[in-house]
Amino acid sequence: MVGITSYGAYIPIYRLSRADISRSWGGAAIPGEKAVANFDEDSITMAVAAARDCMKGIDVSKIDSLYFASTSSPYKEKQAAATIAAVLDMKPEIFSMDISQSLRAGTNAITTAMDSINSNSAKNSLVCAADIRLGLPNGPREFAYGDGAAAFTLGKDKIIATIDGRYSVSDVIIDVWRSDKDTFVRSWEDRFVKEKGYNKIVYDAVSGALKKYQLEPKDFSKAIFYSPDGRAVASVATKLGFDIKTQIQDTMYDTIGNTGTALAPMLLIAALEQAKPGDKLLLASYGDGCDVFILTVTPEIENIQAKNKRGIKVHLQSKKMLPSYEKYLRWRDIISVEPPPRPPLQVPSAVALWRDRKRGLALYGSKCKNCGLPQYPAQRICIKCQAKDNFEDYCFANRKAELFSFSHDNLAPAIDPPVTLSVVNFEGGGRIQCDMTDRDIEEVKVGMPVEMTFRKIRYTGGIYDYWWKCMPIRE
Amino acid sequence: MESIKDRVAIIGMGCTKFGENWDMDSKEMVIEAAYEAYEDAGIDPKDIQAAWMGTYMSGYTGIMAAEPLKLMYKPVTRVENMCATGSEALRNACYAVAAGIYDIVLAIGFEKLKDNGYSGLPDSEVVAEWFMGTHDTYRVPTFSTPPQFALMATRYFSKYGIDPEEGRELLAKIAVKNHHNGTLSPKAHFQREITIEQVLKAPMVAYPLGLYDCCGVSDGAAAAIVTRADMAKTFREDPIYIKALQISTGPREGIINSEWEYTNMEETHRAGIAAYKEAGITDPRKEISIAEVHDCFSITEMTIYEDLQFSPRGKAKEDINAGSFRLEGNLPVNTDGGLKCFGHPLGASGLRMMYEVYKQLQGKAGPRQVKNPSLGLSHNIGGIPGSGVCSLIIAGN
Repeated sequence: MVGITSYGAYIPIYRLSRADISRSWGGAAIPGEKAVANFDEDSITMAVAAARDCMKGIDVSKIDSLYFASTSSPYKEKQAAATIAAVLDMKPEIFSMDISQSLRAGTNAITTAMDSINSNSAKNSLVCAADIRLGLPNGPREFAYGDGAAAFTLGKDKIIATIDGRYSVSDVIIDVWRSDKDTFVRSWEDRFVKEKGYNKIVYDAVSGALKKYQLEPKDFSKAIFYSPDGRAVASVATKLGFDIKTQIQDTMYDTIGNTGTALAPMLLIAALEQAKPGDKLLLASYGDGCDVFILTVTPEIENIQAKNKRGIKVHLQSKKMLPSYEKYLRWRDIISVEPPPRPPLQVPSAVALWRDRKRGLALYGSKCKNCGLPQYPAQRICIKCQAKDNFEDYCFANRKAELFSFSHDNLAPAIDPPVTLSVVNFEGGGRIQCDMTDRDIEEVKVGMPVEMTFRKIRYTGGIYDYWWKCMPIRE
Repeated sequence: MESIKDRVAIIGMGCTKFGENWDMDSKEMVIEAAYEAYEDAGIDPKDIQAAWMGTYMSGYTGIMAAEPLKLMYKPVTRVENMCATGSEALRNACYAVAAGIYDIVLAIGFEKLKDNGYSGLPDSEVVAEWFMGTHDTYRVPTFSTPPQFALMATRYFSKYGIDPEEGRELLAKIAVKNHHNGTLSPKAHFQREITIEQVLKAPMVAYPLGLYDCCGVSDGAAAAIVTRADMAKTFREDPIYIKALQISTGPREGIINSEWEYTNMEETHRAGIAAYKEAGITDPRKEISIAEVHDCFSITEMTIYEDLQFSPRGKAKEDINAGSFRLEGNLPVNTDGGLKCFGHPLGASGLRMMYEVYKQLQGKAGPRQVKNPSLGLSHNIGGIPGSGVCSLIIAGN
């Protein structure tokens, strides 16, 4: 029996009020807010954050396959999963794979991981799904789309929810799509999209699943549906015979928005956070067809729920409102602004980045075995005692840290000035100087606790350069 | 190990006007500084036997001096030590003379920064990589220079329990002092008085440092003629003798070692100790008559007071409030207005500082002349707190 063995989620800290968007364009106020990734986040960094949440307390060397699902991978040709594996410090002997181009990629990845475990080609898999999709300004998709990520481990031991059944349909339809030349997601006329797309296909697939496994809607404690907006789920769920008041998982449309590929997995995590042993769950995604899963929650769920995970719950309540819609447009490079009078950004060397993969991506330094001082980056001769080549590897990514000093810099070229330059000192020793992200200027104080977060630091010469920043503890 | 004390002397110096020298390229500035120095020393250009030339980013090889000055196949060495490049040219020139290889040499430093079209330094990204030790990855904090020094202000205020607003006012007093001295320096880039209120209300560059806490970027060149001490008086009655030449190069400790405090520049402290020892100075606060220090930012000058033992640790505040380092104080610092008023053409600044020390010791500093100085110090740093170099030169008459 294969099932989910752990989960983790990520919701960016920033939220944009939909009323702020409509007000900017002179339209009627639209309710709710959407989660907005910071300018230094993308689907890779959000997947990393969800995966780190999922992997808390799990030995990374036990994972032998990694799947990354997204429609918004930073590269058209270059695997994101390989980067994520390096950041998570996974062993090289894994199977890594990107699954993309469909809103169903998240559940496609769960299916693929499940099949590989069932066929004994993998023991434990990590699946992460993340999306950051763009709609044209003032269009329905800009209002609808939020950013977020989800991650699961799948395996055969300590299962928190068994996957008892799976049923899929594939469908060809041009309803919601984006070509290789598009930045913004397109949609055909709304009524066609709903009637012949979402409503029909989800109905067909869920009906097919119920029939195959001889189940009825009343057998489920919760049915979890991807929903393109706040309302769509109601009609299809009602038509299928679910009680929308008690049985349907809230789609978080008013709090996060439609997170694309990540949405169905994120909603499953929200359901698991509330689930009790024995609960039966139905999960249905949508996108060029539909994947349906039937799951049963086990008593192991209580161990996972008791863990210090942020999941959906903590990430949902930990938020900052974006002060303006213009800031969002700037972050997404939708409006161009006068560049600072500074030289253009330099292009990193692929060779240097390759050499730097352990230091830069997995945030490794070294600890002197003679005097005990951890140091970043890794040294060959100790800065404190000058002992030579007497170090052990030392990863800083998950260590407790505090802000030793800072400055808010208005001079450096930045997408969202000022840059908060930070000196981070780690518990047990070690220091990294980096930017601080996801912070309000007012909250930055010497001595404040901070944590490390993996972020995109520049895009130049066709290369996305990633490293780490610090941020106030998310709680 | 021997001391440089009283083995070499400076017999001539030159310095261009510092500022936005739109009308001059680097060659013209080099010629102007060198020929003022030749004339001051009373020598013929042909008397120069070798030269040390410093520029940080305005050219490669000694050709940058040999061509404008037509040094005609003589040995010219280009040196570089980032913002401490000017002092490095002088240091190497002095050692060559002290070694007995040459009798008369030229040390010259210059920088042409205002042709590049940017405010601030044009290469800060590359510099960031050097400072952080992660070459060509750009996996470094978003970089500009002011916040790197501001880190020291934040930490200093925190360590000594100084409220940031009070701290900003202390720093403002340093800027106001240097601006006042700048009004008495015809070659300074900025020559006007400022008030504490102006400093505090100016736009923030890198919290807690505002516009007036930061020195400007400018063009300039400065030069010195160095000879053997025993020959010096054949050129002039009032040569200035080198008492100490020290340099301390940091191992990037502040970036790597979490025990490093960020409340001073260790390179300055160490270079100070070594230089005082070399010059035989036991009480620098009493024995040093004037000091030209590297006030790239107001907080830098504040921590220099302590690193050079002018003020006890954590007590710079008392000296600032007492006005000890003003022109009429008991240890005037940056009598010409410092980097604050001259701006900072990287390769020239160290020699510009020495130009002021030289003129003060000769009693030729005009309206800013300090009474009967006997020992002057120039302090020139490169790099950032935690990852820097410091040159210290002490000279006397």
